[in-house]
Amino acid sequence: MKQEFTLTIYSENRVGLLSQITTVFTRRHINIESLTTSESAIKGIHKFTIVVFSTREDIEKLVRQIEKRIDVLKAYVFAQDEIVHQEVALYKVPTEALLNGNDVEYLVRKYSARILEMTPEYTVIEKTGHKAETQELFDKLDPYGVTQFTRSGRVAVNKLKQEPLTDFLRKLEEDTRK
Amino acid sequence: MNSPVIGAKYIFMDAQTFETTKEQKTEARMITGAEAVMECLLAEGVDLMFGYPGGAIMPVYDALYSYSDRLKHVLVRHEQGAIHAAQGYARVTGKVGVGLVTSGPAATNAVTGIADAMLDSTPVVVISGQVGSTLIGTDAFQEIDVVGITQPITKWNYQITRPEDIPWAFARAFYIARHGRPGPVVLDITKDAQFGKFMFQYQRMKSIRSYTPVHVAEQDKIEEAASLINLAKKPLALIGQGVVLGGAEKELLAFIEKTGIPAAWTILGLSALPTDHPLNVGMLGMHGNYGPNIKTNEADLILGIGMRFDDRVTADTKKYATKAKIIHMEIDPAEINKIMHADVPLLGDVKDTLPRLTEKVSSNDHSEWLQEFHACSRVEHERLIDKDLNPSKPELSMGEVVHRVSAAFNDDAIMVTDVGQHQMVGTRYFRFKQTRSVVTSGGLGTMGFGIPAAIGAKMGKPDRPVVLFVGDGGFQMTIQELGTIYQEKVPVKIVLLNNNFLGMVRQWQELFFDLRYASTEMINPDFQTIAKGYYLPSVKVTDRKNLDAAIKEMAESDGPFLMEVVVEKEGNVFPMVPAGASISDIRLE
Ligand SMILES: Cc1ncc(C[n+]2csc(CCOP(=O)(O)OP(=O)(O)O)c2C)c(N)n1
Repeated sequence: MKQEFTLTIYSENRVGLLSQITTVFTRRHINIESLTTSESAIKGIHKFTIVVFSTREDIEKLVRQIEKRIDVLKAYVFAQDEIVHQEVALYKVPTEALLNGNDVEYLVRKYSARILEMTPEYTVIEKTGHKAETQELFDKLDPYGVTQFTRSGRVAVNKLKQEPLTDFLRKLEEDTRK
Repeated sequence: MNSPVIGAKYIFMDAQTFETTKEQKTEARMITGAEAVMECLLAEGVDLMFGYPGGAIMPVYDALYSYSDRLKHVLVRHEQGAIHAAQGYARVTGKVGVGLVTSGPAATNAVTGIADAMLDSTPVVVISGQVGSTLIGTDAFQEIDVVGITQPITKWNYQITRPEDIPWAFARAFYIARHGRPGPVVLDITKDAQFGKFMFQYQRMKSIRSYTPVHVAEQDKIEEAASLINLAKKPLALIGQGVVLGGAEKELLAFIEKTGIPAAWTILGLSALPTDHPLNVGMLGMHGNYGPNIKTNEADLILGIGMRFDDRVTADTKKYATKAKIIHMEIDPAEINKIMHADVPLLGDVKDTLPRLTEKVSSNDHSEWLQEFHACSRVEHERLIDKDLNPSKPELSMGEVVHRVSAAFNDDAIMVTDVGQHQMVGTRYFRFKQTRSVVTSGGLGTMGFGIPAAIGAKMGKPDRPVVLFVGDGGFQMTIQELGTIYQEKVPVKIVLLNNNFLGMVRQWQELFFDLRYASTEMINPDFQTIAKGYYLPSVKVTDRKNLDAAIKEMAESDGPFLMEVVVEKEGNVFPMVPAGASISDIRLE
């Protein structure tokens, strides 16, 4: 059964790793729904958060192919209920829309969004939430003339007590000292 | 380092560690990047490489001029040949093969060899020149994105743009190429990095944080596997190249001899077990032997030993090993459960796993089960092999040639093959006494592999006879390497099995495409005249009565030799598992 998975991939911070990782997806015809990359909490180690729809079996094969790349430290797969995740969406609407009545302001309050910037021409609204939520606000705002809309990739933390990478690195370190 | 580490207090570990004993650490001195390349190669134990010069690699070639007493360079005739030669060398010696090429078209010429090494897990390091770092990304003359192109077909690759990175990158390249599951590494060095001077010091690499080359099988898994083995009534061992790469031939023998388990081999596992070992039941897969194929679906236990259940071995996986539990011994985690679900995965080097398993299993005897393989072998002999080896038709068969050549070398030569029918016939009928005696392109199936790979194999093992079987198609794909054979006087024995067809494709056309021979017939040049042009002693056999004398002449000649044998035009290789079918549907004719 296909379902949503979030992959967290840790790698050395080296040029070209993103393309090494994405080609593994391309080769197996797995579409990337969203992708975020940043430095991890450990110096010199990079983190990729990738969302895909796939089967558990395929995703596990995919992860082993990713880990096969020399500069990838470790990749973990999380099902929907094993992580807390968030996305950010930005909406640009004409300021006019806010001046002609309370509807937009009402939506901002109802969806716990906030206004980031307001100029005489446009207003930028920000909302954090899951994709369905930010999409819903888009659908609601659209009649008022959204001129730009953008949604970030997913960021996620897992619900495990310890970050599994830490155990992994500790074990590695012990092995090297031996 | 006190970085905010998630959960843990400190992570001391560096991204890589180096060996630090005195011998492994050279004195620091000021040299150019190109000289550093030479020093790195020497420090890694390289004494032979294959290559072709050009603009972007000229500083390295210039340095080579001063190192030629310690580093031999073989000038090939095409960069594809350089990599195949390095592969041939690596396959017979177990050492890392080295290829040296320039930028642009030279690097793209090398791509086929690199891909071949990737699929066949062959340790090679390919050094390519690159345009100056300021020109990168500008579509400069002979600039090509080598790192981008070779990324999916290398175990690791890296572009060096500063001389200071040369020692580090070379140490890493050799470490990665030879450790764990071996494979090709490409180092792309810009011209300015070759010219630049820096303080050189070399240390070999000891570990890489992000890469665990070998895992060690867990003891409880070993015990689980042992109890499956002890209970099995019809176990079958499948030997792959992992046994050869791990140097675990003795460990394999000890294991199968204690358990009495019949052993079959993949094309790259060939020669890990002597041909006449009583437990050797033959080749697996599409053109393998009858017994090991049909018995796979009767076996109750399959032991994959350093092999990867390639589709040429399994055919339709849904109808493969249908009654068997599977124990998979494998070094590469990505291979476990990739094609076949492993009931007991034993992740690790078979050199470690096999003896631990041997210790836990009870002595056993499966002679009744083994008899079933012998019965299959008798059927295969009667219906096929006897006719192949002693044909009643006037035309020569590939099988009889291979069989007699093998015997002429006392069944103890290194066999190199190209790709096609002759490759299958070669692997079926050549006989072996020692390991590392087969060099063939298994994974990529690269026509043109044969001649250059034979050069590399012979240069790697000058004391052993090296026999190449090649078809008239593949011969013409890298025919220019006859020039290398002449220049270097490499005494390879070339057996050209000439059927004036792209035989393997013609066979498929005959069997599956209604005999529609689209573009498979070859109107060939006179290979004897070509041999003459390359000063290559040669003989042409068109009649069976001259075969033995020709073989004798070849075997007794000192230098390189070409024996062209005109064989049956429309001979077919059987047995055959038709594409997409089950191995149980193997056809004997
Ligand atoms: C580079 C390359 N191109 C095409 C093929 C497809 N192919 C596989 S076998 C074969 C025929 C080989 O003919 P020949 O070299 O004469 O050997 P034979 O099969 O007759 O022994 C071809 C074209 C290939 N394996 N490699």
